[in-house]
Amino acid sequence: MTAQTTPSATARPPRERRRLSTRRSHVVVSIALLALPVLVYALFMLYPLARVVQLSFYQWDGLSLGTWVGLDNYRTTFTDGRLVGAFVHALVLIVFYAVLPLAIGLVLASLLARSQVRGTGFFRTVVFLPQVIAMVVLAVSWRRIYAPDGLLNSGLRLIGLDALTRSWLGDFDTALIAVGLIGTWVSTGLVTVLLMSGIAGIPKDYYEAAMLDGAGWWRRFWYVTVPGVRAEILVSLTLTVIAALKTFDLVYVTTSGGPGTSTTVPSYEVYNQAFRLGQVGTASSLAVVLTLVIFVINLTINLLGEHER
Amino acid sequence: MSPRPIPPTSQALRLATTRRGFLVSTGALAATGALAACAPGSSGGSASPGSAPMEVTTDIASLPEQTLVVWDQEVRGGQNEQMERLNAAFMTTYPNITIERNSQSFDDLQTTLRLALTGDDAPDVVEANNSRSTMGQFVAAGQLVALDPWIEAYGWHSSYSPSILSYSSYSEDGRVFGEGRLWGLPQVGESVGIYYSASRLAELGMDLPVTWEDFTEGLRTIKDAGKTPLMLGNVEKWPALHVFGPVQGAHVDPRTIRALGFGNAGASWSTPENLAAAAEIQAWATSGYFNEGFNGVDYDTVWQDFSTGTGVYLIAGSWLAPDLEAVMGEDVRFMLPPKAQGMSTVATTGGTGLPFAITSAAKDKNVAAAYINFITNADAMKALAQTGNVPVNDTASFTTEATSVVNDVMTAFEEVTTSGDVLPYLDYATPTFDQVMGDALQMLLDNRSTPQEFLDSLEAAYTEFTGA
Repeated sequence: MTAQTTPSATARPPRERRRLSTRRSHVVVSIALLALPVLVYALFMLYPLARVVQLSFYQWDGLSLGTWVGLDNYRTTFTDGRLVGAFVHALVLIVFYAVLPLAIGLVLASLLARSQVRGTGFFRTVVFLPQVIAMVVLAVSWRRIYAPDGLLNSGLRLIGLDALTRSWLGDFDTALIAVGLIGTWVSTGLVTVLLMSGIAGIPKDYYEAAMLDGAGWWRRFWYVTVPGVRAEILVSLTLTVIAALKTFDLVYVTTSGGPGTSTTVPSYEVYNQAFRLGQVGTASSLAVVLTLVIFVINLTINLLGEHER
Repeated sequence: MSPRPIPPTSQALRLATTRRGFLVSTGALAATGALAACAPGSSGGSASPGSAPMEVTTDIASLPEQTLVVWDQEVRGGQNEQMERLNAAFMTTYPNITIERNSQSFDDLQTTLRLALTGDDAPDVVEANNSRSTMGQFVAAGQLVALDPWIEAYGWHSSYSPSILSYSSYSEDGRVFGEGRLWGLPQVGESVGIYYSASRLAELGMDLPVTWEDFTEGLRTIKDAGKTPLMLGNVEKWPALHVFGPVQGAHVDPRTIRALGFGNAGASWSTPENLAAAAEIQAWATSGYFNEGFNGVDYDTVWQDFSTGTGVYLIAGSWLAPDLEAVMGEDVRFMLPPKAQGMSTVATTGGTGLPFAITSAAKDKNVAAAYINFITNADAMKALAQTGNVPVNDTASFTTEATSVVNDVMTAFEEVTTSGDVLPYLDYATPTFDQVMGDALQMLLDNRSTPQEFLDSLEAAYTEFTGA
């Protein structure tokens, strides 16, 4: 709009009116184009989600008629030691899935992205490989590696550390760490490749300027590389935190939540309660809480990221 | 399973988690929430539980052409073979019936059956686990039809032993397990016993144990000789239940174990006898009788290790016999847990393969009943034996003269079902007992809990369920 005062909308100059009508038709077209995806999204995402929320207020075995129990299932979710423990384990897994890979990935990526050595492509592929293989396959192979007479223990015996050998997945003290480290190994590839593409986009002159100012490797890394890949850090944190909280297949295959309940995670418990124990209500409330936790954590990560901008 | 998405661009991701996106999605969520209104589930199957059709008939050849939908979990080699054979024979005998077979692994079937039964096109015949978490809940929800009307017609009460029939019997409301109406018929029998390597025993100069006390003393002898007495792979949590079963059988009277195992009121875990059993299995673990790190090794790996030369004894189910025989030949043998002092009959965990049941949604219950009879009658038992399975009826008649572990298993099953005590799988007890007991045993064997604490946790779950 121009700065002059217009008497009324009807007295607008014709050109102005035409612009308005094209804008209106734009709106109509966008709504028409959006209708189908929104419908599909509502049918396959929002409706099931709403249904889970509804189920979480019932006690239902999946077979007979459910009974309304109000917030009972949520009370169970927050008081049952087994279920609370599952959330605590998930938080521990975030360290292994998200924090550790980020630290390792940053160092690896900054070394790889700037290096002029041949074979970088090959190394990049190797690092990314765990991402491509199905998690179930990985879990089975790691189960063998961690076995009492597996690769890890054989290696320890080879270098004379017999005292350290143990049944890694069967030991109450090490099972969760062992599972977590598989997550670290898987996530690191994804994070490294993401960060490498970010580092490749940082203009070289920044580094040259920093070198002229006498900044060493560490300071260049901290003041040029890290701020330059903030967006990629956010993406990788978001993805890996979601992966950590959603962990199911890894635990299902390696430990079934054992020994005892030392490696149960929320997703595994959702499956367990719904499909094996016929407690669909509890499973649903657990799923709702898990969804909210994932949502809140990711919102926090992204708000922090925007806030720092 | 978590499919890992291709990383979206950072911008799209940020957009999705902005405040505006949040508001839009919560608004949409509230809108769809309004769609969900009524209570989930149905108020029972299409027929009231246990109601028989108007008229029981065993003559199905004259019925109109129709399809019978069967869901089973007979997927392994010999299991699949017998099913295919019997289904083909059935369709030859009754050309008017077409069998539509849906076969999935045990775990998959457990997961999908619940949804299938309540769906619009539910199967006619399903293989449902006897446990309270499966068959018990199906019965309570009115999803199955009681087989009682056909018992007389097909003479099942004479072909099956009462103890086997009790494994698929529940009261009509699903509360009492082990008696009441009959809801399914199994094809095969199972028992837990002791596999041993004849050559490894001979190497140590040991004889076959005659009593439970012989057996337990022998474990020390083997350990002192630097060998592994017992093999166990317990990462899945349930294998230890099969080891505890015979140990409990050596200390506790069968009637108590049955009440505890079926999850019926009137018994208790907190008894001196159960304490002795818990203390004994814990002592085995602390004395190093099991292979190292057994809580972190999987079941399959361990029996494979046993077959290739590790360990002397393996306490496990009869279903492993064909696989062990394939590797070890005549060297592997199977025996029932020997009687402890004061025991009049042999006792061990065991029971049946998964029973076949008729769903409330079955189109023609008479056809379904005829099918169940066809796959469990005397001819079917022959087909089962020919394909390497353990027939549930007249088991000993299928043994041959040869020395073989499969013969051992059949003889053992016959003995324990006719003159001994079959003890139920302990995880039948409550819908969550496999979990409770699996966790508790892992802790007991790792010396993280005392035998008394172990019993306390089981007692708590048992009394909570039975409402005692």
